[in-house]
Amino acid sequence: MRIFDPHIHMTSRTTDDYEAMYDAGVRAVVEPAFWLGQPRTSVGSFVDYFDALLGWERFRAAQFGITHHATIALNPKEANDPRCLGVLDLLPRYLEKDGVVAVGEVGFDSMTDAEETVMVRQLELAGEHDLPVMVHTPHRDKVAGTRRTLEIVGQVGLPPERVLVDHLNENTIDLVDDAGCWAGFSVYPDTKMDERRMVAILDRRGLDRVLVNSAADWGRSDPLKTWRTGRTMLAGGYTDDDVDRVLWRNPVAFYGQSGRLLLDDVATAGDYEGNTLQRGEPVTAAATAGEEG
Amino acid sequence: MRPDIDAKLLFDTAREGRVAPLLEEVRGDPSALGRVFARAARVVGRGVGPGGGRVEDVARVRLLVAACETVGPDAAAGVVAGQYARGDADERRAVLLALADLDGLGVGDAAVPVILDALRTNDTRLVAAAMGPYAAAHLPADAWRHGVLKCLFTGVPLTAVADLDARRDAELDRMVRAFADERRAAGRDVPEDAVRLLATIR
Ligand SMILES: [Zn+2]
Repeated sequence: MRIFDPHIHMTSRTTDDYEAMYDAGVRAVVEPAFWLGQPRTSVGSFVDYFDALLGWERFRAAQFGITHHATIALNPKEANDPRCLGVLDLLPRYLEKDGVVAVGEVGFDSMTDAEETVMVRQLELAGEHDLPVMVHTPHRDKVAGTRRTLEIVGQVGLPPERVLVDHLNENTIDLVDDAGCWAGFSVYPDTKMDERRMVAILDRRGLDRVLVNSAADWGRSDPLKTWRTGRTMLAGGYTDDDVDRVLWRNPVAFYGQSGRLLLDDVATAGDYEGNTLQRGEPVTAAATAGEEG
Repeated sequence: MRPDIDAKLLFDTAREGRVAPLLEEVRGDPSALGRVFARAARVVGRGVGPGGGRVEDVARVRLLVAACETVGPDAAAGVVAGQYARGDADERRAVLLALADLDGLGVGDAAVPVILDALRTNDTRLVAAAMGPYAAAHLPADAWRHGVLKCLFTGVPLTAVADLDARRDAELDRMVRAFADERRAAGRDVPEDAVRLLATIR
């Protein structure tokens, strides 16, 4: 099984996790910038965090044979702290970096006006830097938050295929499918979403535009939930190719829209969409023409 | 091909064609360096190039040299420090590799803090790039010795250390011997490079 975990917070995980993930078949991850559990009080704290995502953590992952990418944004929780708003001015610098494959996690936490203002600005930045967006949906009042999120995405005018709406469940998936965005599911050890419910959702709506992640972080979580979901799919009658599509080709297709996936060093035998990868040589003149700004 | 560029920094025609507009952009506006540096690998290419160095490193070295030439000797050190601070790990490696080519452009000792920062990391790509000719020429003896030891600790081959034979001294030899003793006491292998160095103590 070849696995790309499209949402996992490796800075909070151990080297044992990296080894277990490699053994299970994980060869690539995306680590979205998010809240650290302890609120930050200054912009400088974000500089060091973003630098760590693009520096030390990428190096650490490589030691275990795993290619590490990041998404960069001011997360919804800290969007409410005026001391952190200066992060928005830093983003243009980080959104130009190699291996930054989306703007994220953006979205709502408590659905405040501040959160909405910051989300709109960051959706605009995604357009300016030609990046897809990874949107977090709130844990509380999820349906209303998801609906409002999709309205805002529509108002800003981002193409829906460049937007991933994450942490979905049975109550929010149809909203996202109807909008034409990518659907992300975080499979946890407890109630939010489990492997069996995940497969039931796949049974009902198919394997298009869907990503499965562990969202493992410093909370109770399991970095092998992608692998466990693959096993549950196989037990439910899906083929190896179906599993490869959900756990590898789909994340490559979504994040490959950035033109900045760095999968050269990973065993990528198979029919992934080669034209979406940032390989040794620039793909086409068109692929670089949009990067003037 | 340009005769004024060091042969190891030259690309084939296709890559020269892609790096040329970036160099022009930086010469026209050195403050664009940060943006251009970040996207250099995506535009010019990446991976091992014809001269043995990595394509993205060579492209960025040339961009940084161009920026320093444009701003002049009084501002060059500031450009170097700023680009290192704003870069990701790949960009920082390129800044470190460029220092040897920037020595004549007014940087002097001013980039020593950049080397020291890289030697504080555990990122072997940065540690290796830090111990080049600039470190050999400018790093104070104690910091340089600890740089060599850091290479041994982190598995960076000592071929990365410029002018090792010229700069090594009795104190470095003592430190390497102590390192080897400690490894043996712990039942661990002594790195080949340390063994070779100790075998040539004069
Ligand atoms: Zn997350």
